[in-house]
Amino acid sequence: MKKIKCAIIGPGNIGTDLIYKLKRSPVLEPVWMVGIDPTSEGLVRARDMGLKTTSEGVDGLLPHVLADEVQIAFDATSAYVHKSNSDKLNALGVLMVDLTPAAIGGLCVPPVNLETHAKAQAMNVNMISCAGQATIPMVNAVSRIQSVGYAEIIATVSSKSIGPGTRANLDEFTYTTSNAVCAVGGARTGKALVIINPADPPMIMRNTIYCLTDEEPDQERIRASVLEMVKEVQKYVPGYRLVNGPVFDGKKVATFMEVAGLGDYLPTYAGNLDIMTAAAARTAEMFATEILAGRYQLKPVKEAA
Amino acid sequence: MSELKNVKGRKVLVHDMALRDGMHAKREQISTAQMIEVATKLDDAGVPLIQVAHGGGLGGNSLQHGFAMHSNEEYWDAVIPKMKQAKVSVLLIPGLGTMKELQSAYDHGVRSVHVATHCTEADTSPQHIAYARKLGMDTTGFLMMAHLNDPKGLATQGKLMESYGAQTIYITDSAGYMLPSDVVARVRALREVLNPETEIGFHGHHNLGMGIANSIAAIEEGASRIDASVGGLGAGAGNTPLEVFVAVCDRMGIETNCDLFKLMDLTQDVIFPMMDHIVRVDRSSLTLGFAGVYSTFLLHADRAGKKYGLPTRDILVELGRKKMIGGQEDMIEDTALTMAKERGLLKA
Repeated sequence: MKKIKCAIIGPGNIGTDLIYKLKRSPVLEPVWMVGIDPTSEGLVRARDMGLKTTSEGVDGLLPHVLADEVQIAFDATSAYVHKSNSDKLNALGVLMVDLTPAAIGGLCVPPVNLETHAKAQAMNVNMISCAGQATIPMVNAVSRIQSVGYAEIIATVSSKSIGPGTRANLDEFTYTTSNAVCAVGGARTGKALVIINPADPPMIMRNTIYCLTDEEPDQERIRASVLEMVKEVQKYVPGYRLVNGPVFDGKKVATFMEVAGLGDYLPTYAGNLDIMTAAAARTAEMFATEILAGRYQLKPVKEAA
Repeated sequence: MSELKNVKGRKVLVHDMALRDGMHAKREQISTAQMIEVATKLDDAGVPLIQVAHGGGLGGNSLQHGFAMHSNEEYWDAVIPKMKQAKVSVLLIPGLGTMKELQSAYDHGVRSVHVATHCTEADTSPQHIAYARKLGMDTTGFLMMAHLNDPKGLATQGKLMESYGAQTIYITDSAGYMLPSDVVARVRALREVLNPETEIGFHGHHNLGMGIANSIAAIEEGASRIDASVGGLGAGAGNTPLEVFVAVCDRMGIETNCDLFKLMDLTQDVIFPMMDHIVRVDRSSLTLGFAGVYSTFLLHADRAGKKYGLPTRDILVELGRKKMIGGQEDMIEDTALTMAKERGLLKA
């Protein structure tokens, strides 16, 4: 079966883990890895895994896009350079899946709104953050039953799984995630907290989701909705698990989750890495299926002034 | 270093924590009237820096950390115009607070900030420290749960914060776990790597009754800033009690420029009557200090213990075993739920 060829920008933790995910896909094939440092370990790893590489940033990839039939690109760099990367590749008709907190495209959490993005034939979709991917399905599981005035999510990740880019730009991570808790999760107001825990051996990713419902929570329906949503996420992240809850305390609904990864690039504790790369891969697979079926036309987008 | 041991005539900048760390002990329920009364009396007693905020600092208002009676902005607007000499400060923990909130603090008159990270995660603070410096604020890098990093490691983290622009590096004994020798080793390691003009501070909790002794040990080794709380109002068994610290400094010839009798009166007449529970070393707070657990977990663990029929001490020890750090208050109920299931108190 024909596969859609992909480029990955950013050979860090996320970009490297993504190679593993794409290599397993029936419809996607990773062909290029883009970095900016010729001595980076990430580029060496990508080469060892059979990808072509450039250390000249996205400009080093552009001349090869047409010849190598790159149709989807994943950006795992930083919010600050994403727009420029996206503009250049969109101009060549390459669809951009954004794993930075830039959030210039539509916010995507696969079990909540992937179909909507596919129907809209977007040229840029944003994957929010690992915390967003891990928690927003649970906010949505409550808000699809009854209205949620406020949702708050707390994500705790192991120190070893958080790369320098995220560390240096923690505010962008927080803003993008809080915003998506509302925009995608369906809460009217939202807040996101992130904690980096250095325990050794590293702790598995933990997430707590609090929702304040406007009316008394319908416990039975919310519990069923949460369990159903857990199953939806498990389709692409098998290690997504409900540890405790939902616990009801007045109008507060608390859900305690953990996320184990597949152990591709980092060990299984780094579920935060997996849920991000798996969500991005699932998103791209949906688009790829549409492209292969001739229902999704990639069109060059004129560069914004 | 022996010449430093003579502390006579040394100047120390004291920083009161009662209206921020003390918010934890009050479940964030301090009124603006109480804030004004305590702050004006601290100001009158000559305390140069007063921290005023939600217990979690900027962005603290949350289900995770509790909602205060008022927003931080309302507290600052009540307190800051009444200050004659004291500067008001705030706490910023990246991941909870953001630069937007720091800008708001500055706009409302806050002029000093503790930018706080766990003792191994200093590299989550560069943008916040740089932003505080850009605003012209007195900027501290605040390394929490400092007992969880060895002296050399802590010094490396402090050096990072200095490189981002921090003017003072704090050793923060969030669990009240450290002994004077631990403090001495960390101050010494920091002093060896930091630029001479960078100050060193110590923030203690009194869970093992070591708040004063640890602070003095820090000063002997070269620290020049000490956090304390009037009446000891703070998380766990409270912070280093300010009035006791000032009395000891006075006896040793360390200059704090604070009026001891005014602080005693404030403690006895205002702070003690404010306390919902006696903030002291008791079974639970001693457990924090002994097991090395974040002091703020105390009241949360009490609540979870009551709700699920578990001893608070058992929950705290388990949190210590699981190496939970500051900010993970959600894991207290989660841990209690799991323990309750294991003990057959709840259906699995």
